[in-house]
Amino acid sequence: MEFRVTREVLADAVAWTARSLPPRPSVPVLAGILLEVDGSQLSVSGFDYEVSARAEVDVQAAESGRVLVPGRLLAEITRALPPHPVDIRAEGPRLSITCGNARFSLPTLPVEDYPSLPAMPSSAGVVDSDVFAEAVGQVAVAAGRDDTLPMLTGVRLEIEDDRVTLAATDRYRLAVREFAWRPETPGISAAVLVPARTLADAARTLTSGPEITVSLSSGGSGEGILGLSGKDRQTTTRLLDAEFVKYRAIMPSESSASATLPVVQFTDAAKRVALVAERGTPLRCEFTPGQVTLRAGGSDDEGQAEERCDVEFDGDPLTIGFNPTFLLDGLAAVHTGRARMDFTSPLKPAVLSGVEEPAADDADGGRPAERPGSYRYLIMPVRLPG
Amino acid sequence: MLHVDMDAFFASVEVRRRPELAGTPVVVGGAGNRGVVTSATYEARAYGVHAAMPTARALRLCPTATVLPGDMALYAEVSRSVMALFRSVTPLVEPLSLDEAFLDVSGAGRRLGDAAQVGEYLRARVYDEQGITCSVGVAGTKFVAKLASTRAKPDGLLVVRPAEVIDFLHPLPVGALWGVGAKTEELLLRLGLRTIGDLAHVPVRTLQRAVGPAAGAHLHELSWGRDPRRVVPDEPERSTGHEETFATDVDDPAVVHRELLRLAERTAGRLRAGGWLARTVSIKVRFADFTTITRSRTLDVPTDVGQDLYETARALFDALGLDRARLRLVGVRAERLVPAGSAPRQLQLGEREHGRRDAELAADRAARRFGAGAVRPATLLHRDRDRRVRDRPGG
Repeated sequence: MEFRVTREVLADAVAWTARSLPPRPSVPVLAGILLEVDGSQLSVSGFDYEVSARAEVDVQAAESGRVLVPGRLLAEITRALPPHPVDIRAEGPRLSITCGNARFSLPTLPVEDYPSLPAMPSSAGVVDSDVFAEAVGQVAVAAGRDDTLPMLTGVRLEIEDDRVTLAATDRYRLAVREFAWRPETPGISAAVLVPARTLADAARTLTSGPEITVSLSSGGSGEGILGLSGKDRQTTTRLLDAEFVKYRAIMPSESSASATLPVVQFTDAAKRVALVAERGTPLRCEFTPGQVTLRAGGSDDEGQAEERCDVEFDGDPLTIGFNPTFLLDGLAAVHTGRARMDFTSPLKPAVLSGVEEPAADDADGGRPAERPGSYRYLIMPVRLPG
Repeated sequence: MLHVDMDAFFASVEVRRRPELAGTPVVVGGAGNRGVVTSATYEARAYGVHAAMPTARALRLCPTATVLPGDMALYAEVSRSVMALFRSVTPLVEPLSLDEAFLDVSGAGRRLGDAAQVGEYLRARVYDEQGITCSVGVAGTKFVAKLASTRAKPDGLLVVRPAEVIDFLHPLPVGALWGVGAKTEELLLRLGLRTIGDLAHVPVRTLQRAVGPAAGAHLHELSWGRDPRRVVPDEPERSTGHEETFATDVDDPAVVHRELLRLAERTAGRLRAGGWLARTVSIKVRFADFTTITRSRTLDVPTDVGQDLYETARALFDALGLDRARLRLVGVRAERLVPAGSAPRQLQLGEREHGRRDAELAADRAARRFGAGAVRPATLLHRDRDRRVRDRPGG
């Protein structure tokens, strides 16, 4: 194997692949990155039996071949190379990397022991990469991080013809977002549970092209694979084999009060007040017509904080407590200037959503129209003592 | 300064619940061939039975003894009432365990008379309200008060006035000194120091060379009845839990899971009885070779629900990835406790208005009426039968 490649292109591809390498590989070869040259194309791959990543790069190839090299070391080296073309060549059991005056020689790993990457399943449809990245980011924030409850660490992906719905919950909040896509087969219907961390990572880093192709294996339960392909990058992840909660039943169908709040001001106020809220203690929100008063802390040996913020409020005055992190996560995910919160009671979930704004003229500060889409973020309140 | 110590606390509470056992030897402790005695009535002690002795040995010494498994939730409840009674006399109450506490009653004097009168008043109230006896030591220092209550047992009160301290203290064996364990005692005996009086008359420097500078100075002060420690009121209970030594080593994960469930249920009962929520759950696993490990996890939301404790304990255990290792003991602890009344509670989506917690509270009420274990998880229903089978000699 022998080829020449642009330094930037190589470093990007290796760094992207290296992110999905397992920190503590179960078998030593899984710490490797597989370099394969075929024709004028280099593919850079990593795999840990759960997630596979494969980046493709154009190279000037002198000789085809396959080499497995220690992944993290390769990533560190390519990131540090000087800005010159890079020459890479297999030399017996070692790999030589030459760039400008720098020369590296790395040991290789036994390529014949490396597992073959799962085949990319057939395409299910195509979605705009920006829409996908935003939607996944908005929803994955609500997924649980506790690996002992696998069904809560996933994002539910539901496909109904030309609509896709994403949902995730950690039992305390639930985020749901719907968007349009272009299915391969009209009338397609499917629902899978995708590991949230992997999905969020893939969606965020596959935005170099305008579109992402979503692929689903049609295997039986437990064998499912989701594939995501963007420009020159593709990744697969094994699906979670678990039931997802019946989340539609949790969505409140009506509300008895609602507030419309300026997201930036309210977020800043909540962050300030939350500074005194020790772990596990809530942020108290007292809504009255025209304003909300945020409070935290309280007992004698803790700090106390309080801040008022102007909001529109419609309904009977209401005092409700939230875990500050849950509230701030939701506020950061609505992506609009103003957000709406709907309430039923201080012990029932509150629903956060974006507020649609028409485009403003230049005279009003020149703001593009905001269409919040279908994003909903439910937060289960904290029952306040007393 | 008062030191109040319940007499044979767990056993006395059991006798109160089953009056027909009054006057007979009763032992509270683990059954099975590895259980140990946690409490014994004075009738049993007359046969040489004492706490921390293997139950099997206790039964050999006193074959007529009634062995009871113990009901921690009940003891915790009685303890709470007793501590509340103490606090009605003085806010300066420092519980040392469920069954003993230091009280600083210097402020209560005007209302209830001198410390000895307060002590008699408390003994009478404890007997009236709880039907159990306690012993009280009265002295100017914590250390002497504790020794006095031990001397007063059972069902007595002993006052050691400042002028009497030296006479009281010096004939006692050095092992009675606070901070002298088996090892230090052995060291002191080798130096020919048998009584506290012997130790008191050794120059401090000599003592310090023998046991170290800090300990030497400390023992010297104590031997002359000087103990500057004050009552630290209301040390909040920081953790609570249960552990079980298996009758024979266990390698079946299903058996371990069932034991974890039982321990979690009991721990949760104790949390509820004490009005606490746990923020952290920990497990303890002791292997057949006595290697012991603990693992803990902090919960998103503090809890007093047995099911929550169990799920976390089980996840911690499963995460150890033990491949049928032989286990001698498992334990479940609830740690970083916060008072339930004042704690805000994060609600769960789709939470039923009456959830698992209400079921467990109902089980608590049933247990108070019909005895411990009246209502329990179905998984644990066959346990008693299993246990009888496992406990059969040679089985």
